[in-house]
Amino acid sequence: MRSADLALLNAERAARRAVVLVTELATGEQRVLTAAEVPDDPLGTEIAARILSGKSGLVERNGHSFFLTVHVPPVRLIVIGAVHISQALAPAARLAGLDVAIIDPRTAFAASERFPDARLLAEWPDDVLPGLALDRYTAVALVTHDPKIDDQALVAALRADCFYIGALGSRATHAKRLDRMRAHGFQDEDLARIRAPIGLDISAVSPAEIAISIVAEIIGAMRKKPARAEALG
Amino acid sequence: MRASGDDVLLQAQAWKDAGRTVAVATVVETWGSAPRPVGSHLAVDGDGLFVGSVSGGCVEGDVITEALDVIGSGTPRMLEFGVADETAWRAGLSCGGRIRVYVERLD
Repeated sequence: MRSADLALLNAERAARRAVVLVTELATGEQRVLTAAEVPDDPLGTEIAARILSGKSGLVERNGHSFFLTVHVPPVRLIVIGAVHISQALAPAARLAGLDVAIIDPRTAFAASERFPDARLLAEWPDDVLPGLALDRYTAVALVTHDPKIDDQALVAALRADCFYIGALGSRATHAKRLDRMRAHGFQDEDLARIRAPIGLDISAVSPAEIAISIVAEIIGAMRKKPARAEALG
Repeated sequence: MRASGDDVLLQAQAWKDAGRTVAVATVVETWGSAPRPVGSHLAVDGDGLFVGSVSGGCVEGDVITEALDVIGSGTPRMLEFGVADETAWRAGLSCGGRIRVYVERLD
């Protein structure tokens, strides 16, 4: 492998973009493809399918064996609100393999004593989300109960095309939320992507049960309509 | 879904940038109950220091030995391990699976 190829591979991974290393096994010949370059590659169709599944593997073409090393960004969850549900949601999401960050400007809530193991940002969403670079591999859960905080993140999540956006609250609360988002210029087809009330309908009651219903809904969003599908544009 | 922190390739790059010789091993095919999925990496430096895993520990020793040869020769090599293989006596997969591992030098 050329050092330059490895450097490109690592740079794309660091930027949370899909990237593939193609190796012809008989000759050792290699090329690195960024997501944008995949459609023009002779193996483009196979590679696109691999990016969708996130799985590396062998491809045969005209008697030649190619190994595709597929790198897709790890899926992450950003939780808006360091509330009781979040205390269960953070470990449940980590158990499912998600990177988790929790954002809440209310320092009484965003106290490390309440979240000993979580990445905790005691800031307003508008101040920290630009640095986190929301993308299609990011899930956002809005659970503060406070529109002043939730709405900032909701606008950012809708614009960034996050693959999962869930919002806590009753149907009446959600109707008001949709009105505010329309005032921001979002269309109904954008707003249909918000899952509210948040979580799969399993009649969850306790914070832990709600957390599990949210993680299950995120897994469904990822597996049924993969975030990776759109990565190729 | 995949776990985060797939940092073997970052380590390989860091070693190379620091002037060390490096080989990268990649699981390219598995049969049966192989312990590590296709695409798993292990990086080895010229002193035999390694990060990552291709088999959860069963055949790492042999992979490292072969990787040091590849660092010397520069020619990529395909390794195969499994219960049906003679190498099983030396370094087999306790789980009964088989794996193929591609080893290449970082140039």
